[in-house]
Amino acid sequence: MKKVTTAMTYVLTFLVVIAAWQIASLIIGEMILPGPLPTLSRLLQVIGHAAFWEHMRASVWRIIAGLALAFITAVPLGLMLGSSPRLDRMFTPLIYLSYPVPKIVFLPVVLLLFGLGDTSKIILITLIIFFQLIITTRDSARQVSTAMIYSFRSLGGNRWHFFRHIIWPVSLPGIFTSLRIGIGIAVAVLFFVESIGTRRGMGFYIIDAWGRADYPDMFVGIIALSFIGIILYEVFDMLEKRVCRWNQN
Amino acid sequence: MNSFPDLLRVEGLCKSFTSNGTTKKVLTDVSFRLGYYDSIAVVGPSGCGKSTLLLIAAGLLRPSAGYVRFEKDICREPNNKVAVVLQEYGLFPWKTVQENIILGARMQHIRIGDDVLRDVKHELGIEGLDYLYPHQLSGGQRQRVALARALLLQPKLLMLDEPFAALDNITRERLQNHLLTLFTHHRFSFLLITHNIEEAVFLGRHILIMDPQSAGIKTIIENQNAGAEAFRESPQYFDQVKRVRRSLQAKS
Repeated sequence: MKKVTTAMTYVLTFLVVIAAWQIASLIIGEMILPGPLPTLSRLLQVIGHAAFWEHMRASVWRIIAGLALAFITAVPLGLMLGSSPRLDRMFTPLIYLSYPVPKIVFLPVVLLLFGLGDTSKIILITLIIFFQLIITTRDSARQVSTAMIYSFRSLGGNRWHFFRHIIWPVSLPGIFTSLRIGIGIAVAVLFFVESIGTRRGMGFYIIDAWGRADYPDMFVGIIALSFIGIILYEVFDMLEKRVCRWNQN
Repeated sequence: MNSFPDLLRVEGLCKSFTSNGTTKKVLTDVSFRLGYYDSIAVVGPSGCGKSTLLLIAAGLLRPSAGYVRFEKDICREPNNKVAVVLQEYGLFPWKTVQENIILGARMQHIRIGDDVLRDVKHELGIEGLDYLYPHQLSGGQRQRVALARALLLQPKLLMLDEPFAALDNITRERLQNHLLTLFTHHRFSFLLITHNIEEAVFLGRHILIMDPQSAGIKTIIENQNAGAEAFRESPQYFDQVKRVRRSLQAKS
């Protein structure tokens, strides 16, 4: 029943967006903002081409690899900082100093270090997601109350048990929230890194179409990139519902 | 009180906390003993250091002075023969009832047979709740689950911190009776922290009355009739309740 309503909401939202799009297109003019009809018919055309899927594949791989790399580096560190006040005191200044620095400006450095290939793109996504993930993970891990620690210790658990049975589950909802917010950022970064020094990926696709002044094609790219974001978001949402079944009120 | 060899011995316990430069004494010179298959209830108003006493006795908190001896050993760490049931947060919200119950045994590598598990659940009336999460249970069910988890550790000593405080009267009395049944059946000792005088008299064979002014023990009242369900209806019970109440109200 709930699945049906979610699907319905999506359909309804989709229709509203289409309507708003059509109106905006009429006001701004079809030249700059092609209406939904030409764009969607173009979309139907290109999804039959292997080239389109090649761009999709490149983008999806970069974004997933970037998120995964950020996850496996930031989450363990965040859990450690959150559960050890001593480590936290040591590293907090470093994190707070580096967090506000816009990592995207390091693109030239990353490109110089890791070349023009996939690695540099993935690393830049990782770098940006890493910082917000480590901070939310740490803050979530800190939520463990003293009473909970007493209760746990009285059951005779060791340090590893503490991570596995207390710190990790307590932090999971925060980690998922951070990941879901991270998707939006990751897609934005992806667009940026794919607009430079590559001929593959949805970012390139959009810039390329823009250069050719093929606006329907450009919007096809925008839709495809948004679609990647939506799918990933929903996947994380589903994962969270599965993994944090206890957290549903 | 020394009719049994000591299971737990608390000697000269002091605890003070320092925050913002001021030191607050929470416990001063607390000493008592608890034998095997015996019970003690610690009563006192809120903030008299009862819970701190339990945490230190359970090896979860270090005293500023004095020591706690469990059987032959000085307690500095939680002992696997001591189980603790706390008022709240005793159960982990992200674990199902089943996972919560077996967690302690699992972490201590105690093998629990299916029949033992079934018996304990049956004894506590929590069958069929295995896959629920704590927030889906009533307060009474939650404490039963916490008791089941403690019992599976086969403790020699069970420590309970205001275990029934959040429950309605009927549920509380039922669980008090339940605790007595478990006490006779499983043959452990227990230390109960409570601010409820009736509960202390019904359950504690020794009643330790805390004094909030001195943060120490005001007196220990012997209450050897405790431990039977029928005691609650007897005139001695009401006399003891009066005695404990007077003692609590008396100026130190």
